[in-house]
Amino acid sequence: MEVKILSAKFKLKNANKITVAKKHGAYATLGKLFAMKPEDVIEEVKKSGLRGRGGAGFPAGVKWGFLPKNTGKPIYLAVNSDESEPATFKDRYILVKDPHMLIEGIIICSYAIGSHETYIYIRGEYTTQVRVLQAAIDEAYAAGYLGDSVAGHDFKLNVTVHRGAGAYVCGEETALLESIEGKKGQPRSKPPFPAVAGLYGCPTIINNVQSIASLPFIIDKGADAYKVYGTEKSPGTHLFGISGHVEKPGMYELPLGLPILEVIDKVAGGVWKGRKLKGIIPGGSSTPVLLPEEAQDVTLDYESMAAHKTMFGSGGIVVLDETVDIVALVKNLIDFYHHESCGQCTPCREGLGWMLKIIKKILRREGSMDDVLLLRELCDNIEMKTVCVLSAACTMPVRSYLDKFRHEFEAYVQDASASAQVKQE
Amino acid sequence: MSDRSQLISTGKPFQYDKERDAEFERLIKRYPTRESMILPSLWLIQEQEGWISQEAIAYVADRIGTFASKVYEAVTFYTMYQLHPMGRNHLCVCRTLSCWLRGKQEIVDYLKNELGISPGQISEDGRFSLEEVECLGHCGTAPVVQVNGEFHENMDVAKLKALLAKLQ
Ligand SMILES: Cc1cc2nc3c(=O)[nH]c(=O)nc-3n(C[C@H](O)[C@H](O)[C@H](O)COP(=O)(O)O)c2cc1C
Ligand code: SF4
Ligand code: FES
Repeated sequence: MEVKILSAKFKLKNANKITVAKKHGAYATLGKLFAMKPEDVIEEVKKSGLRGRGGAGFPAGVKWGFLPKNTGKPIYLAVNSDESEPATFKDRYILVKDPHMLIEGIIICSYAIGSHETYIYIRGEYTTQVRVLQAAIDEAYAAGYLGDSVAGHDFKLNVTVHRGAGAYVCGEETALLESIEGKKGQPRSKPPFPAVAGLYGCPTIINNVQSIASLPFIIDKGADAYKVYGTEKSPGTHLFGISGHVEKPGMYELPLGLPILEVIDKVAGGVWKGRKLKGIIPGGSSTPVLLPEEAQDVTLDYESMAAHKTMFGSGGIVVLDETVDIVALVKNLIDFYHHESCGQCTPCREGLGWMLKIIKKILRREGSMDDVLLLRELCDNIEMKTVCVLSAACTMPVRSYLDKFRHEFEAYVQDASASAQVKQE
Repeated sequence: MSDRSQLISTGKPFQYDKERDAEFERLIKRYPTRESMILPSLWLIQEQEGWISQEAIAYVADRIGTFASKVYEAVTFYTMYQLHPMGRNHLCVCRTLSCWLRGKQEIVDYLKNELGISPGQISEDGRFSLEEVECLGHCGTAPVVQVNGEFHENMDVAKLKALLAKLQ
C-alpha cells in the first residue's frame, strides 16, 4: 500500500546533505520552473488538486490566487512547521530526512506567488531537527539556490528559520505571524485574511511543510502524474502518522483514499497484543472519534471523513484498544487544550477550565449525570464563539466521546451515586 | 496557561558572548522590524545561560530598542523559556495522548521515585530537573522523553535507568 513520492529519499543515507540530495534529483525542477510563467505554476498546482496538509485541506493553488495584485508591498511566505497537534509527527521527517525537498518547494512557491522572503516557523522543541534544517539552508545558500540570484536566475530569495518556544496555538496561522513579529502567540480576528494583510500587514501565504514539500514532484512530473494517486477530490499522497495501540506504529506514506481499517491492519500491523479495537482518532487529537462499526467504510480522504462527521485533519491516526478508559482519555485531551489556550477569549480560557474541573470531578467518581450533561452543554456553548478554532479543537472531539461512549461516563457517575448512598446509610 | 510572572535577578549585568553577538547581528538583518528579534534573542540568552534573568531581559530590550514590557510579554507567554536555573540535565516527559496511551505514567512515576522530585522541581544536587510537557511530535515512537534537547524514543524503565546513569 505504501508509496514513495515525498518519502522517496527518506531511506537514503545522508539525503539531508546537498550533494547526496542532488545526486537523487534535488533542485532538478528549477530549470523547468524558471522557464514557466508564475501564473502557469499556480495553474499547475491548482490542477494537481493539492490540498493543504496542515489540517484544513484547503486547495493550495486556490489560496495563492487570493493574493491581491500590485499592492506595492512585499509578499511573504510563512512555512508552518509548528507540528504540535497531538498525534501528528509527519513534517519532521521532511525536515530531517529531506530538507532540500522542502527548500526546493519553497523556491517553487515563492516564484509562483512573487515572494522573496520566507520564514519557516518551527516549534521550539524540534532542537535536533532545526540544526539539520539550518545546515541544509546554509548549504543551499552556498550552492546558490538561495540568496540574490536563485540558481543563476534573476530571482532573489531569503529563507529564515524562526523558532517558536512551546506554544501549540502558534500553529494557528495568525498566531504564527504574531509570533514572528515578536509578540505573544494570540490569533487575530479574521478578516482580513493573511493573503490580504498578514505578516507586517503585508500579503502573506501560510502553508504547511508537507504542502510545500509536495511541490517539486508536481512541477517536475506534472499535475496529472500527481493525480494518479489518491481520489478525485483528495488527490495525491500523505505522510500518515499511526500511533497508539498498534503493533507497528510509525509514519507511512500512502495515497489518499485507502480504507482506514485495512491500513491499520495491513500497514500498522493491527491492534497490538491481539486486543480488540475500541475506537479510532482519524486525524490528530482534535478530530472526532470513530467507533469500529462506523469505521467499516471510512476511507482516508477529506470527503469520507466529512461524510462520517469527523475530519481528515493532520493524518495522525490514533488507535485505541479495548482497555482504554475513555473518561481518562477525555481528561488528558481537555488538559492539553486548556493548557494551550492563548487566553484572549473568555469561552476558551474559562470554558475549557470548567470542562477540566468537571471531568476531574467525574474521574474522582464524585460527579453526577448533571455534570455529564453540563460538559456536553459547555461544548455547544464554547464552540465557534471564539477568535480561533483551538477551542473547537477541544469541544469537537470531547462531544464525540460524550455521545459515543456515554455509558462510560454514566458508569463513573453511577459509582459516585452508589458510594454517596453508602455514606448516607 | 500557567503562572510565569516571576523574574529572577542575578545582580550582575548580562551580555552576549562573541558567538551569540554575531548570531544576533546576522539575524537582525533578516527581519524588517527589530521587534521580530524578541524570540530569537531570548533563545540566544537561553542557549548561553540555560535560563533567562531579569538583567538579560533588560539587555535584550535595550539592544533591540523596544520596551522591556514587550520582551516580558513574550518571555512569560512561551513556556520553553526558562525563568529560573534548571537542573544540569533537564528531563521532559511527554504527557499527551499517544504517550499517555503507551505508558508515560510509568516513566513519570519511575523518575519521581528515582530522582525524588515531582514535575516542575529540581533535584537538590542540581543534577536533574523534571517536567511534564505536551506532545513532542514523536507519537509514533511513544513514550518519549526529551533530555537536554535530545529525543529518546520508545522509552521504558530499563532504558531510562541506563540513560540516567550516563547523565552527570
Ligand atoms: C490551534 C491550531 C493549531 C494549528 N497547528 C498547525 C500546525 O502545527 N501545523 C500546520 O501546518 N497547521 C496548523 N494549523 C493550521 C494552520 O492554521 C493553517 O491552516 C495551515 O498551516 C495552512 O497550511 P496548509 O494550507 O498548507 O494546510 C493549526 C490551526 C489551529 C487552529
Ligand atoms: S479560541 Fe482560545 S486559543 Fe483561540 S484565540 Fe481564543 S483564547 Fe486564544
Ligand atoms: S503524544 Fe507524546 S510525542 Fe506526541
